Amino acid sequence: MSGHSTYSPQNKFLQWFEKRLPIGGLIHSSFIAYPTPRNLNYWWAFGGILSFMLGVQIITGVILAMHYIPNVDLAFRSVETIMRDVNYGWLLRYLHANGASMFFLAVYIHMFRGMYYGSYKEPREVLWILGVILYLLMMATGFMGYVLVWGQMSFWAATVITNLFSAIPGVGDTIVTWLWGGYAVGNPTLNRFYSLHYLLPFVIAGVVVLHVWALHVSGQNNPSGIEPKSDRDTVPFTPYATIKDGFLMVCFCILFAWFVFYIPNYLGDAANYIPANPAVTPAEIVPEWYYLPFYAILRSIPNKLLGVCALFGSIGILAFLPWLDTSKVRSAHYRPLYRQFFWLFVIAGVGLGWLGTKPPEGIYVILARVFTFYYFAFFLIVLPLLGIFEKTKPLPNSISESVLGAKA
Amino acid sequence: MTTVSSAGHSRRDFLYIATGAVGAVGAAAALVPLIAQMNPDASTIAAGAPVEIDLAPIADGQIVKVFWRSKPIFIFHRTKHDIELAQNVNVASLPDPAPDSERVKAGHEQWLVVIGICTHLGCIPLPHEGNYDGWFCPCHGSQYDSAGRIRQGPAPKNLYLPPYTFISDTKIRIGEESTKSA
Repeated sequence: MSGHSTYSPQNKFLQWFEKRLPIGGLIHSSFIAYPTPRNLNYWWAFGGILSFMLGVQIITGVILAMHYIPNVDLAFRSVETIMRDVNYGWLLRYLHANGASMFFLAVYIHMFRGMYYGSYKEPREVLWILGVILYLLMMATGFMGYVLVWGQMSFWAATVITNLFSAIPGVGDTIVTWLWGGYAVGNPTLNRFYSLHYLLPFVIAGVVVLHVWALHVSGQNNPSGIEPKSDRDTVPFTPYATIKDGFLMVCFCILFAWFVFYIPNYLGDAANYIPANPAVTPAEIVPEWYYLPFYAILRSIPNKLLGVCALFGSIGILAFLPWLDTSKVRSAHYRPLYRQFFWLFVIAGVGLGWLGTKPPEGIYVILARVFTFYYFAFFLIVLPLLGIFEKTKPLPNSISESVLGAKA
Repeated sequence: MTTVSSAGHSRRDFLYIATGAVGAVGAAAALVPLIAQMNPDASTIAAGAPVEIDLAPIADGQIVKVFWRSKPIFIFHRTKHDIELAQNVNVASLPDPAPDSERVKAGHEQWLVVIGICTHLGCIPLPHEGNYDGWFCPCHGSQYDSAGRIRQGPAPKNLYLPPYTFISDTKIRIGEESTKSA
């Protein structure tokens, strides 16, 4: 974590403190003097945005917990009380609910960025895997938070998702009863989801520290995909990256605010404003938008156990990406074939998300199967083979050459 | 710590292993309450006691929904037509083969009692819908026939049968399977 300069405070008290706990030096070398590649583009700003969103979710969440009641008879009503009676409750809840969507939007961009520029490749495998763990934790946290509202979609999402585990041969039903704490989703389920929904964000924060630590050991990847070789290839984190991250964060907040103030329920499901009713399943069960691609994968396979395996496999396979991609060249900028397959992958992912909202019949089923096949083929067939057969473009000698041309 | 090693097995080796073993057993034992607390508690189990249902008011062809252990139970008063349809199926061709006689109690063929939870992912199927004179699940399109058997869609199993007993011709007790027939 060496920087362009070392931290040496002038203030006597800071000098005294630094000798006893060198936290100022750690912050200085990690976020001020830390050398970042000079060619980072705006796609690199989403890590900062994600940290910001985690902070927003924790602050609004802790406040909502002061007013929310995790009991099947009171939960739905307490949410409505937050909306109508609590001072600024509507704002805090809309920030939290839309904040989850913004969080996932940012994480998807962050992940696609990593895939496009090969950020998962040696020596950043552990960094990438920590990211996959963060994504899984986010999915679990988001799901349990959605259940807390205790509307119809909350209740039936809890039922459907916990029932995924009943597909496990032999012990499935025992596990599901254990998860529920009863014979169906009920008060014990709501209580434990509340407990875990409060816990997991702090686990996420802990893993984020590891993620940033691993990032600062290997250094950032960059659009050229080659490592910095001299001081001419890097600039200090502050002001260069700080200002760039800050600018995009402000733009992102405008989008966030637009959702919160103008279309706060656009991404939600109207059925979740109906209190949970264990006797009636809504006519159509659809998860939140950020789970739709995986929901479409689940539905595209006409066998329960295989469908559940495909669902979990589609996420788990990400952890093996550093070894499935056999190409030595990182950035898609120098990989003409990979670039095309990558955009097809983006189309398949977004397409699966769209199909997740459609009824599972006719052309939608066929399309979902095609996209699901491509999703897995991309990882298991395309990436291993491309490393062997693809003719990559010549790499520049250095980052500054890639920016300034050969004259640099 | 001394780095001097004694030849063969010493008293200290024994103490290390014994201490480690006790520690491991203790850690494993500590996990039991941490995990078991999540299972259904005493009040939940007590509330899951058997329930008695009077069948007399259920009209021919009607499907009613009652609750036992927070689970919906469908009681289907089958018409002659429903029974014939259920019996005249090539059992071997079914995804989860079971003859109609296994789905109902002998002598009470007009009564089908099933747990109303789709065996796919736990939604409640809609009665009198679908192509097989039984149920249709709105979540992922599974269809069940008039014996509650899966006929089409992603569900792997027939609707499960709850334990129940006829205590008279028009009364059942759900939650208890009795060997002696009423």
